[in-house]
Amino acid sequence: MQIKSPNFKENARIALHNVELQEALGQFKYGFPVNRANAIKRLPEFDDLRDEARDLKNHIIENLDIYLEQFESKVIENGGHVHWCRTGDDANKAILDICKQVNAKTVTKGKSMVSEEINLNDYLEKNGVQPVETDLGEYILQLRDDHPSHIIAPAIHLNVNDVSETFHKHHKRPKTEDPQALMKEAREVLRKQFVSADVGITGANFLVAETGSSIIVTNEGNGDLTQTLPKTHIVITSIEKVVPTLEDMSLFLRLLARSATGQEFTVYNTLSTGPKREDDQDGPENFHVVLVDNGRSEMVGSEFQDMLRCIRCSSCMNHCPVYGAVGGHSYGWVYPGPMGSVLTPKMIGIDKAAHLPNASTSCGKCEEVCPVRIPLPKLMRHWREKEFEKHLTPKAVRFGIASWAFFAKRPAIYRWLSRGSAWFISTLAGKKGRLKKLPLAGGWTDWRDMPAPQGKTFMDQWKAKQKAGE
Amino acid sequence: MSRAEILGNIRQGLGRQEATAEQRDKALARIAAHKATIIPKRSQLDRKGQIELFREMASGAAAELIDLNELAELPSAVSTWLKQHDFKSLVSASDACLNELDWSPLGDIQREQRIAQSGDVASLTTSMAGIAETGTLMLYSRPESPTTLNFLPDCHLVLLKESDIVGSYEDAWNLVRQNNPKQMPRTVNMITGPSRSADIGQKLQMGAHGPCVLVIFILKDG
Amino acid sequence: MTSSRRLTIAMTTMPNNRKNPKVGLFVTCLADMFRPSVAFATVKLLEASGCVVEVPEKQTCCGQPAYNSGDKATTADIARQTIEAFDGYEYVVGPSGSCIGMLHYYPEVFSDDDPWKQRALDLKARSYEITQFLTDIVNFEQINAAFEGTITYHDSCSGLRQLGVKDQPRKLLSKVENLTLNEMEEAETCCGFGGTFCVKYPDISNRMVSNKTQYISDSGASTLVGGDLGCLLNMAGKLKREGKQIEARHIVEILADMTDTPAIGEAEYELAKAL
Ligand code: SF4
Repeated sequence: MQIKSPNFKENARIALHNVELQEALGQFKYGFPVNRANAIKRLPEFDDLRDEARDLKNHIIENLDIYLEQFESKVIENGGHVHWCRTGDDANKAILDICKQVNAKTVTKGKSMVSEEINLNDYLEKNGVQPVETDLGEYILQLRDDHPSHIIAPAIHLNVNDVSETFHKHHKRPKTEDPQALMKEAREVLRKQFVSADVGITGANFLVAETGSSIIVTNEGNGDLTQTLPKTHIVITSIEKVVPTLEDMSLFLRLLARSATGQEFTVYNTLSTGPKREDDQDGPENFHVVLVDNGRSEMVGSEFQDMLRCIRCSSCMNHCPVYGAVGGHSYGWVYPGPMGSVLTPKMIGIDKAAHLPNASTSCGKCEEVCPVRIPLPKLMRHWREKEFEKHLTPKAVRFGIASWAFFAKRPAIYRWLSRGSAWFISTLAGKKGRLKKLPLAGGWTDWRDMPAPQGKTFMDQWKAKQKAGE
Repeated sequence: MSRAEILGNIRQGLGRQEATAEQRDKALARIAAHKATIIPKRSQLDRKGQIELFREMASGAAAELIDLNELAELPSAVSTWLKQHDFKSLVSASDACLNELDWSPLGDIQREQRIAQSGDVASLTTSMAGIAETGTLMLYSRPESPTTLNFLPDCHLVLLKESDIVGSYEDAWNLVRQNNPKQMPRTVNMITGPSRSADIGQKLQMGAHGPCVLVIFILKDG
Repeated sequence: MTSSRRLTIAMTTMPNNRKNPKVGLFVTCLADMFRPSVAFATVKLLEASGCVVEVPEKQTCCGQPAYNSGDKATTADIARQTIEAFDGYEYVVGPSGSCIGMLHYYPEVFSDDDPWKQRALDLKARSYEITQFLTDIVNFEQINAAFEGTITYHDSCSGLRQLGVKDQPRKLLSKVENLTLNEMEEAETCCGFGGTFCVKYPDISNRMVSNKTQYISDSGASTLVGGDLGCLLNMAGKLKREGKQIEARHIVEILADMTDTPAIGEAEYELAKAL
């Protein structure tokens, strides 16, 4: 995916003027967040589960090498293969190699954000293998040559009409705007792809060290068809997904659906362990796990380690007022919202992604709803610190902070400055109590009035009163 | 090469070399113990309560429930359901408990035991467990019960014995371990209601890629 | 302009059976510069609750602009200055969840072996947002105020999520005579102020504050009340720009019965006209 994060401001401006997107976002906030709140009401243990999940993830990270090796040995024991990939390129090559080994022409794909992260589709296509996205949202996006704007509801930025037009154009069937009919149409078209694909690629929500299993969590059942019908099943996933046991996995599953869509449980939670057994009548003959690092191992021991706890539930973006205003595409890369504002700078560089951790009011809603209690605002601030240390912070901002700091560190002069500013602005406002325009504060007064100061500063008035012996 | 680099990075981040035997043993012991974490109180009920909860949660997830007083009623119940929907065929799992039944009530509805194919309208399988906590069925792959039966047909009919209803996921994992002492089955499916998606205009629709309908025949043997 | 008639009831000093704690007022830049009446109202409430209030000369800003811009060195400089300024006070109280919240971040600025770390922790333990202090620390019940009208309350983010300010302001407001509270939808959603955010990303901030003003007017209230001047200036500025007839006030003005000053962004003469 082309990196558009440096243009965040422009992307956001366009998004704010996109009427249909704004409608979709307006509707969105009455979906997942409301369902989540209701689901939590029905589970009094929810917050205890979150504490437990945070601690367990921390334990896993402390022992990550051990659990990964254990997982690997179990996969091999079950007759599967594990491919360790330091970079996205390594992973793309590993997957293409597997496809070539089995002479694959087409692959079906379940939803995988890691595959978006490494541009897998483009890579396969360039090398003669046709990937077909099967998650309904991803499928729509693939037809439109578009990208996900949300990590679990990838086509959230589109409305029924968009889908209707896309299907009409590509399926060459009569146009319909009935969502049920549209879904049926996709079901029929994709059926053929499922059955004829040579390889099925899915992501994984978790990897279980105890059994060497990978698990996918879906509502549609596309992932299951993807991994059951073709002869080869490739799991593309990342190193932080490993959990010790099935019981540990259950803890995260209890949090995942409720935090994501607000469901009690996702419709299909499917564990895959190795290739099919000798007497099984269906299932893949080959099972591969492609373990992607792509910068994650470097986060261990760094100030961003907490981010490795993320279970990709999307709760942080579902509740983020900035995401809710500008949508996922504005962030300009794969991962949007608060989690993306922490991950993206790590993956594409803070120089390109500097806007993301800055475009936050630090309101803390994301941390409040994160099932594994990731301190997202703090991590975003760490990126601002990195940016500042590397002198990437825009000159004007640096200059502003430096001049302000000069005064703030000198109380007497600060008093004088406050007095001057209060006097200046209130004089400008005259008797109106507010200003429609204020020099150097266009960002403010383009959109709202500036309430005028009352006049004298508190410090001056207080001192005068003390003197007068009040 | 990648492997060594990744593990090396992790260890560097953790500020240690390769894990000591003691560290490794501790982690492996944790796996061996596979202790449960917090199990919500919701499902810690007596048998009757768990059965009630299962029914409530499964219907809440849009599964259709049909009661059976004895297993012998299954063929006619299945037949009635299929006829209601005007279906002429059924693909079935070949578990002994299904094969022992008299399927003549199906009449001219064709019953085949095979993997599912594109175009199949209905399938019938058993289930290993019903999990009360969320009304979830647990199924696993084996020669008699191929996984495609659970996903390809438009309607999935499932037999669940009340005596197989458990409280929590953890209870179910223990059953999986008991039933498969040597190795996990290739596929374990947890199924909660029929397939669905809200990817088109944020409107929830049933029947995305998996079955549009999930019918649970509950055998009241509990 | 609403036609609320403000009753002036002299506030009686509350007899405090415990000793009279010495409180350092953290004025906050915005109260100092934009709305001294907020600081005076805070002093009035603190004194009424039996505290001895002083205003340390050496205080300036809490350091948030530097902290949020990733400038650790400047943040530490300002933290040290603030810690020193408030040395010796039993409590530090301010009319802002955001600024007091910043004082609570000071320990994070220093490394564990830095002697300032302990002093920062000590300051954190003594610092309170005003409604929290009145409710949780001194159990101040004697609110002697009246307010004719319907208000709605905005929960500012730092106070709410960092300090746990939620019930305290509502509890205090419930003691104000004649006041009706109409909760708005999404009272806990950020108003889009965010310090430098609102000038760095003005159009995103505008979308957020526009949502907010919609909720505010939907609540049917004639006065918006909150505990942070930054957010209030933002929302009041937007309400005014949209021409909505809704006033904005800091909660302490109402609790201290000091609503004879014009509301935020209102002019003297408008008030005169209305009365
Ligand atoms: S950061 Fe937390 S809330 Fe956001 S996706 Fe990850 S786990 Fe979910």
